[in-house]
Amino acid sequence: MNLLFLIGLPLLTAVAVLLSRNKQQVKWIALAGSIAQLGLAFVLFFIYQQERNSGNAAQMLFEQNYPLFASLNINFHFGVDGISIAMILLTAFVVVAGVLVSWKIEKMTKEFYFLLLLLGMGAYGFFISLDLFILFFFLEISVIPKYLLIGIWGSGKKEYSANKLALMLMGGSALILVGMLGLYFAGGRSFDILTLSKATISAGYQSLLFPLLFVGFGVFTALFPLHTWVPDGHSSAPTAGSMFLAGISMKLGGYGCLRVATYLLPEGAKEFADIIIILSAIAILYGAFATMMQKDLKYINAYSSVSHVGFSLLGIGMLTQTAITGALMQMVSHGLMTALFFAVIGMIYDRTHTRMVGDMGGLMKKLPFISTIFFIVGLCSLGLPGLSGFVAEMTIFMGSWQNTDAFHRIATIAAAMSIVVTAVYILRAIGNTVMGPIKNENYLTLKDAAWNEKLAAILLVAGILAIGIVPGWLNDLLRPAAEEIMNRIAGK
Amino acid sequence: MPNVTAIALIPLLPLAGFLLLGLFGRKYLKNSSGLIGTVLLLASTILALYTAYEYFFVYGNVGGVYQKFVPLQLTWLEFSPGVSIDMGLIIDPISVMMLVVVTFISLMVHIYSLGYLKGEERFPTYFSYLGLFTFSMLGLVLASNIFQIYIFWELVGVSSFLLIGYYYDKPSAVAACKKAFIVTRFADLGFLIGILILSFSGGTLDFSTLIERLTSPESNAFKTAAASTFLGASALTWGAALVFIGGAGKSAMFPLHIWLPDAMEGPTPVSALIHAATMVVAGVYLVARLFPIFSITVPGVLEIIGWVGAISAIIAAIIACTQTDIKRVLAYSTMSQIGYMMFALGVSNYGGEAGLGYTASMFHLFTHAMFKALLFLGAGAVIHYVHSNDMKDMGGLRKLLPITHITFLIACLAIAGVPPFAGFFSKEEILLAAFQNNMAIYYIALITSGITAFYMFRLYFNIFWNKPHHAHGENKSEGGFVMMLPLILLAISAAAAGFIPFGEFVSSDGRLLESHFHLSFSIAPVALAVVGIFTALWLYKKENDKPAKFASSMGGAYKAAYNKFYIDEVYLFITKKVLFNLIGRPAAWFDKNVVDGLMNLIGTITEYISEGIKKIQSGRVQQYAIYFLGGVIFLAALFIYLLK
Repeated sequence: MNLLFLIGLPLLTAVAVLLSRNKQQVKWIALAGSIAQLGLAFVLFFIYQQERNSGNAAQMLFEQNYPLFASLNINFHFGVDGISIAMILLTAFVVVAGVLVSWKIEKMTKEFYFLLLLLGMGAYGFFISLDLFILFFFLEISVIPKYLLIGIWGSGKKEYSANKLALMLMGGSALILVGMLGLYFAGGRSFDILTLSKATISAGYQSLLFPLLFVGFGVFTALFPLHTWVPDGHSSAPTAGSMFLAGISMKLGGYGCLRVATYLLPEGAKEFADIIIILSAIAILYGAFATMMQKDLKYINAYSSVSHVGFSLLGIGMLTQTAITGALMQMVSHGLMTALFFAVIGMIYDRTHTRMVGDMGGLMKKLPFISTIFFIVGLCSLGLPGLSGFVAEMTIFMGSWQNTDAFHRIATIAAAMSIVVTAVYILRAIGNTVMGPIKNENYLTLKDAAWNEKLAAILLVAGILAIGIVPGWLNDLLRPAAEEIMNRIAGK
Repeated sequence: MPNVTAIALIPLLPLAGFLLLGLFGRKYLKNSSGLIGTVLLLASTILALYTAYEYFFVYGNVGGVYQKFVPLQLTWLEFSPGVSIDMGLIIDPISVMMLVVVTFISLMVHIYSLGYLKGEERFPTYFSYLGLFTFSMLGLVLASNIFQIYIFWELVGVSSFLLIGYYYDKPSAVAACKKAFIVTRFADLGFLIGILILSFSGGTLDFSTLIERLTSPESNAFKTAAASTFLGASALTWGAALVFIGGAGKSAMFPLHIWLPDAMEGPTPVSALIHAATMVVAGVYLVARLFPIFSITVPGVLEIIGWVGAISAIIAAIIACTQTDIKRVLAYSTMSQIGYMMFALGVSNYGGEAGLGYTASMFHLFTHAMFKALLFLGAGAVIHYVHSNDMKDMGGLRKLLPITHITFLIACLAIAGVPPFAGFFSKEEILLAAFQNNMAIYYIALITSGITAFYMFRLYFNIFWNKPHHAHGENKSEGGFVMMLPLILLAISAAAAGFIPFGEFVSSDGRLLESHFHLSFSIAPVALAVVGIFTALWLYKKENDKPAKFASSMGGAYKAAYNKFYIDEVYLFITKKVLFNLIGRPAAWFDKNVVDGLMNLIGTITEYISEGIKKIQSGRVQQYAIYFLGGVIFLAALFIYLLK
């Protein structure tokens, strides 16, 4: 399959949105385009499975390589492995859901959808790029729309949040750029991931470049203590903006931490693994405790994201195949879950005009559908078996435990303790919003989810259940790719 | 050989009920939902009985030993070769016994609920939750993999959460369901880490392989696990002890019991099913499932289990004497009885005659399920009639609720251990096992059995005798056939279950265990029970001021027991003061002010510097000339310095 479809289709949809004449057209084109993307992602997934089953053991499938700047050895090099496929599927789910929940956007509808689709395109491009230069290009494509989405369609102190987010992410990008250039020169003048993965880079040089790249991508994925754009960014962003931000953008960072920093600089990774573990264990627990004190639903999900994304980084830091597989599962799982969480928060806010937990109560009575979804996403967040979060977290724990020294064991136990704290804040949020007596009489007239909201929620819940109930497919998809990374780390 | 389809259908039918009623119940099956759930469960129960018959009488016993079968095992999630979460079905004496208990009690509760919750708006939701719970509990029972049991363990936890919070608009119910989930979650953390330790040592998650590797002294897994120590205990001990914490949480053992009394906020039939007969004994089942590992740990985790069980038994019994909410009395009584099951395991050994405690524990689990479910359903009928949970609003109901009265009396006699009712036999075995292994625990158990008889008959007399009943516009019927049928069936079981020769079917090693019955040994416990009953009769048969005087003469001791020994307050202090105020609040503050403050500071500094630099770009040519001149001089100086 030609991977360029994955960039072409979103781009085509975005252009079509720009050319359309009225809001109705905009919305339907965006929806049709995003559903087509989802279809495409599934086709890719099935063809990929077929290739693998028929014995194609190449590291990357469907590779394409065209020179861009031959003199600098920069190429349009695309290809996918299991990790990319999983991330592409995730992106496609979130894009459709994001388009659906934004159905009621009145302000500059055309521009809004254009930016959403552009952001999606950036993510697809990022996940299929095998050339660091192109990869970086797509990474930046996904930053700028976010700035506008928050700045224009946001709420609250949106200018502050948009600036903060853009500046922090740009700071991260700067680090990545420097690290990338370092790799380019150290690895024999190439940006190609596959070439670089075979290059020998001295350990000293690796330990210089690794922090740059890991921290750079880490900013995107809320690496403690560089996570502070997350709470403000999410709370100010429009619903779909938050969904994209947490569901997709944070995953770009996690993917980069693994595919670029860890995979290309294994010696650096080994040297800094302990620090990663410490930072992520702090993020997991500290994020969870900080969540416990939040009163605004969006802040609750933002801080809990810091905690959950910490699991991904923890898995990477543990440097075992199972833990890395778990880290990747957690990225997919968290992407779906957090997108759903923000979607539900948006639905509640649209009706009650508040996000304050203390002002709500008894929503179950009038909003049974939305409340049920809120329950499901909450239970996923606290790691209930049958939903995706459990699978990912348990895989990380099992993988982490394979390290037998006390340091890794203590870090694992500390991370595991978060399952209790998570239960506390999730049940607090659920108990005070959807359960309990109705505090506000106006809530008696609320209307439950509309078709577009239902569709978005069902789509994301389906994804969560598909991982939670039959995790085997995702495991099979990710494990060989994780093994490849582990082989490189083990020096094979 | 086991019939895979039949066994797999036992949990799957309730699951089908959950999905059907959960998705379509509210809209399309509003009136038929109860019936659908009940019929599915009836089918499950029949299959469970069929499986039990086949296992115990046809294929299970090979050469005098009950075998363990795993007729189905599907890989669910593979971590590394040999280490995977499998979804399997395990068929051995305890799982088959539990299948019968869970499906039978669940069926009784389904039937009873048809009457008890008639006219409820969320009738379909209720039955779908019941289906989810039954499915999860059956999955737990049938689990062949330690992670599989953890998965279903969590699922029963969440169904319990949903059912306790069934009346979701009641703040007390919301608080109770949260508390139940969080306390058990805390315990599950121990369970999870225990799983990590044991599975790492054993190199597998499969129960049979795990037990085999960790209990045969020649195996490498055992040697490493026993040799690697941490804080003076081996990995094996740590693993087993942590798994037990999970079990203690679910089974409401001291000091993790605080959620159980509050869980009574759920509908009464739910309490009968989940918080009396099935879910709360999951901890006992877990210990029994891993019993060979527990029995081999040094220093003995079984000793800890024994003491935790015994302490829970007596503390709960004392508290039960002072409570006035009849469901809470029953909740504490449940905790006390599970304490019996737990310490019975604690005083047992693996294999042969010494495994008496194991058999006794399972026997008591079985009989307790019958009489405790009966007590709860009976209490439900009373509550249904008087619309109150409080003893003060009851009294003199024996004529008005004749069937409830008789069946409740049978259950009280059973739990008090009066021969020939079921509780007598199982409790006798437990006492005998304790007598042979640990005298201190034996005496605690003996005293507890006297207290048990007292508080149960205090309950009985207060409901059915004491003051005459003042009617104030209640339902004028006992609750109809659907509510009475389960009571009668359970009463028959509670009266007769003791005659099952349990040792022939369930023992620690699958071999026949003869129960030695000594009449002389039974004299002390039965005498104590009779004393307890007569004390209750003397105090509570007629309305009088003796109980109040008695209570005030006890002074502080009574008050402490009435306030549940202030254990809740201790927890409240830890969570509110320590977790929220000492960790949560500072973490949130730190993030907002220090971490984020630092980021903002960087921003401010940048802005400040750029403000400064901005002044350079003033547009005045003279200023530029000065900068230019300064630059030239600087460079000239630099060159001169470098060239020198």
